[in-house]
Amino acid sequence: MSLIRLHNIKKYYEMGSQVVKALDGIDVSISPNEYVAFIGSSGSGKSTMLNILGCLDSPTEGSYHLNGTNVESLSQNELSEVRNREIGFIFQSFNLLPRANALQNVMQPLVYRAIGRTERKRLASEALHRVGLGSRMDHLPNQLSGGQRQRVAIARALVTEPSILLADEPTGNLDSRTSIEIMQLFDELHSEGHTLIIVTHEDEIAEHCHRVIEMKDGRIHKDDHAEQLVEPA
Amino acid sequence: MFFVLMESTRSALSSIWAHGLRSFLTTLGIVIGVASVIAVVSVTQGMSAFIGETFASLGSNSITIGSYTPYQDRLKGNFARLTSDDLNMLEARADGIAYITPILFAPRSSQIKYGSQTAFSQILGTTYAFQDITANYPQVGRFLAPSDNDTRRRIAVIGAKVRENLNLPENPLNEYVELGGEWFKVVGLLEEKGEIMGNSQDDMVLVPYSTMQSIVGNQTRTDIQIQMGLSEGADVDTVVQQVTTLLRSAHNLEPGDEDDFRVQTAEQLMETFDEIIGMVTVVIGGIVGISLLVGGIGIMNIMLVSVTERTREIGICKAIGAKRHHILAQFLIEAALLSLLGGIIGLALGFGLGTLISSNIPDFPPAVIPMWAVALSLGFSGFVGVLFGILPAAKAANLDPIDALRYE
Ligand SMILES: Nc1ncnc2c1ncn2[C@@H]1O[C@H](COP(=O)(O)OP(=O)(O)O)[C@@H](O)[C@H]1O
Ligand SMILES: [Mg+2]
Repeated sequence: MSLIRLHNIKKYYEMGSQVVKALDGIDVSISPNEYVAFIGSSGSGKSTMLNILGCLDSPTEGSYHLNGTNVESLSQNELSEVRNREIGFIFQSFNLLPRANALQNVMQPLVYRAIGRTERKRLASEALHRVGLGSRMDHLPNQLSGGQRQRVAIARALVTEPSILLADEPTGNLDSRTSIEIMQLFDELHSEGHTLIIVTHEDEIAEHCHRVIEMKDGRIHKDDHAEQLVEPA
Repeated sequence: MFFVLMESTRSALSSIWAHGLRSFLTTLGIVIGVASVIAVVSVTQGMSAFIGETFASLGSNSITIGSYTPYQDRLKGNFARLTSDDLNMLEARADGIAYITPILFAPRSSQIKYGSQTAFSQILGTTYAFQDITANYPQVGRFLAPSDNDTRRRIAVIGAKVRENLNLPENPLNEYVELGGEWFKVVGLLEEKGEIMGNSQDDMVLVPYSTMQSIVGNQTRTDIQIQMGLSEGADVDTVVQQVTTLLRSAHNLEPGDEDDFRVQTAEQLMETFDEIIGMVTVVIGGIVGISLLVGGIGIMNIMLVSVTERTREIGICKAIGAKRHHILAQFLIEAALLSLLGGIIGLALGFGLGTLISSNIPDFPPAVIPMWAVALSLGFSGFVGVLFGILPAAKAANLDPIDALRYE
């Protein structure tokens, strides 16, 4: 069964008299433990796609089934619940809370699950150790390097044990050496059984992934595993 | 829900702390409002507690009757009087009275001499009953006795202030003072009572009523004051009613005529005072209402700014699973805490101010903050915070996650 099933997804923006078709009829299915890259030139609709997959944005048209649930039917609060439990989002600009230290940032998603403070601390510090930041837990985001910040963000995405990790240009703000480290981390997460969907425009990043979907003008231009089930790595 | 409150309180405090100066300035309206009300309340309450005690010590069960000339009659030159006849009549016919005494005031502020020392004081002609009605008891020597009155003895009981002013010895008994050209032997010194509102309660000389009458000129028509002490269990209103009826008929007043005397009870004075305090409280209440409103608007304003500033943060929180009520609670609690903190600072400041005021005015009673004022001002400032926090908090809670995340 597919984890994600998109059918004829469209996202239009009305800019004055003009209509921008950010997504223009997307059909795609993704199974558990797939390792997918969305590639394509800037403006091809990759981020829009990922935001819809992450339930941050809603499509103008089309249907999105996540784990068999039609996302369209969910209320705002239910969508929050889905984002909290099913999805771990990793952003290009990290999006950490600036006044909270690394540990607090990673603890934050657990606050919305009403998990007690000690348990939250334990889980968050476990996640930080997992991404190799066990010694930087009390640092504020602006006291960390780009790579370290992205590791905090990954730990935050992991801590809730979501079924899917979504990353929008996760290495876009990082130098190439740090990028490789982050991608190695993603490879490990995939081998541990996580489903990863990564947006990138860099070929080296896409090479890590087992399925590459190329987008162009809001449509899927090429999908190298279109109907094929991906074997677990 | 409790969990959400706890977490929101934690993060609200850290956010208030992070913007220390701004938080303080924001809450200044509340600080000033609460401080001013607490200052005024603490001073008036201190005063009220003090005056209550003072009235109790004056004898709260006493009734004073004095003559009163209506304006019309005053124009015609008819002056009302209370006389010894009235006194005798009331003594014989009024019920519920334990003590009754006349007081005859010296017509002018009177000079007293002791050796070469001269002082001015209030001289009262009265009887032994005066001590129980007004709770003035001798510290040394004795009070006026019934026999002093019967034999028109030239003796005086003096207040502590008088002894001081005249440089009389610590124990002034058997010294002679000169009043209106006559010599009086001092037989008693009253216990010191202190001051009420800057008026010494110890600046008086008591002489027997009949002695005073003879000095004033022994006119039977002299205007006197009558003081009465109620007997145990007597009802003040009933006694006042009866005294009024008796005096009206004794003075031959027709049903439509105005009373030519005034009956005053200590309770009435208390009530009058309480009314004044009540009025002050209402006025202050108005001022506080306005300043809390202004303070509340200040808080709303800064909370709106804060929501805008933190739009991205709100987006992040929503992206990682915050629901509407999480965001709502966070901002509401922040507004309420901000306001409450202002309330607490205001409370401390107001009490400090009240204490400063009462300690700097001589003879002013110490400031007192009643619990209701504490509860009310804190409750109110918290309420104002919540009330004016609703709009910004709702604005934050309703943000669309993707729009908030894109916000620059
Ligand atoms: N909020 C928006 N309003 C208007 N146009 C938008 C908005 N977001 C994206 N777009 C447009 O949609 C298209 C796809 O954008 P995006 O998904 O960010 O592309 P990519 O991430 O592949 O660079 C672009 O043409 C962009 O200008
Ligand atoms: Mg993009």
